[in-house]
Amino acid sequence: MEGETQVISCDVIVIGAGPAGLMAALRAGEAGAGVLLIDREPFTGGQLVKQTHRFFGSKHQYAGTRGFDIAVRITEKIECLKNVKILLEATALGYYEDGVLTVLHEGRMLKFKGKAIVVATGAHERFLPFENNDLPGVYGAGAVQTLMNVYGVLPAKRILMVGAGNIGLIVSYQLVQAGVEVAAIIEAAPRIGGYLVHASKVRRLGVPIMTGYTIKRALGKECVRGAIICKIDENWNPVEGTEIKIEVDAVCLAVGLSSLCELLWQAEVPMVYIPELGGHVPLRNEDMETPVERIYVAGDAAGIEEATSAMLEGELAGINAVSKLGYSVEDYANKRGKILSDLKNLRSGPVGEKIRAGLARLRTLRNGNL
Amino acid sequence: MRIRRHPILSFKREKEVNFTFNGKPIKAFEGETIAAALHAEGIKVLSESKRNHRPRGFFCAIGNCASCLMKVDGIPNVKTCITRVRDGMVVISQHGRGDPGDIL
Repeated sequence: MEGETQVISCDVIVIGAGPAGLMAALRAGEAGAGVLLIDREPFTGGQLVKQTHRFFGSKHQYAGTRGFDIAVRITEKIECLKNVKILLEATALGYYEDGVLTVLHEGRMLKFKGKAIVVATGAHERFLPFENNDLPGVYGAGAVQTLMNVYGVLPAKRILMVGAGNIGLIVSYQLVQAGVEVAAIIEAAPRIGGYLVHASKVRRLGVPIMTGYTIKRALGKECVRGAIICKIDENWNPVEGTEIKIEVDAVCLAVGLSSLCELLWQAEVPMVYIPELGGHVPLRNEDMETPVERIYVAGDAAGIEEATSAMLEGELAGINAVSKLGYSVEDYANKRGKILSDLKNLRSGPVGEKIRAGLARLRTLRNGNL
Repeated sequence: MRIRRHPILSFKREKEVNFTFNGKPIKAFEGETIAAALHAEGIKVLSESKRNHRPRGFFCAIGNCASCLMKVDGIPNVKTCITRVRDGMVVISQHGRGDPGDIL
């Protein structure tokens, strides 16, 4: 490396241009702050670009709009703001004691320093232990969506879906839409985890959903050529003699997500283990600020939920980060109140039960810690 | 295989891009990642495990799991699932960890 790399300063650095990061950058930018929004993908939108279904919720949360259209709309709004810079194919590498964020971009390491940072890095797919799980053709559900919905490439001819949560169900539907045969959706739990509206949709397409089943082994030498599935008992142990061989050329794992929070660990943000939120998550207050001043989190990085809540959390992080820096956010109190009540509504009812329990635990731990 | 017809999505496949994989010419489209373009040609084995030399394909496609590392234009450990194809790119299956001495 030749010489010292110059540190570039700005008001707010938003790491991750998914639903949370996009909204954080938009709201921070609207208040007039100098914002840098980075993402390691060549496009903005994060997981939104793979969502071909119409969103639920209320109108101002983009209900009725397909995910990839939402990403385009927010990005266009951001591009109108001269004080927000979007840097793509830029991977955040490390966060240092002096507040410097190193970023790999076009083969060079850049250094940035933000007065406030919003970590909206999203989540990573969980893995599952089974024989031959390392064979090419064993994909995470997000990878399958990327291949077929972003690049228009078929991941398989015939696929086995592992996991009947919302992601497993929705991606199965999308697979059928793209022309892939879904041999079955298997689910270890005794019941379907996702919304029944999604389950009914795939059932109507003739895709069997088998609860109480898990994958025992993937078959093949160079690539997946099949899979052995089997029943499991109430203690999650395989039941002998229940093995079924399924001919598939890919296995899709939709067995949950965990927060991508390496940068938060590096920044010494206190992390707590809350299974309801996906595993290790950062401590943070209602305004999305962590106990490390001026480091904010939003979206799946703060705890696994879904895109609409990620957008709301992003807005919250955005307005709070800039108002702390002294920028005036028009009608701040009302905006904040509205976002908080929208989040509360979103998490109400039986569907939000797990999230509510997780957040309650987070609050308890935070109050004990601070 | 590329999706020809989709009920909701349309795919921009305007400019053709040509690159090589282990010396073999591959046609792709601008905007595609290396891993996606190889998949479209039915190439799923991108890398191998370091100790037991087991085949590796990609798992996450978001630049996270490092299962798709390949040698691209002489540089090892390139995450091919988030790197776009360019005309004339030379993509090679990577063996081993990709020491600095690999960069020729």
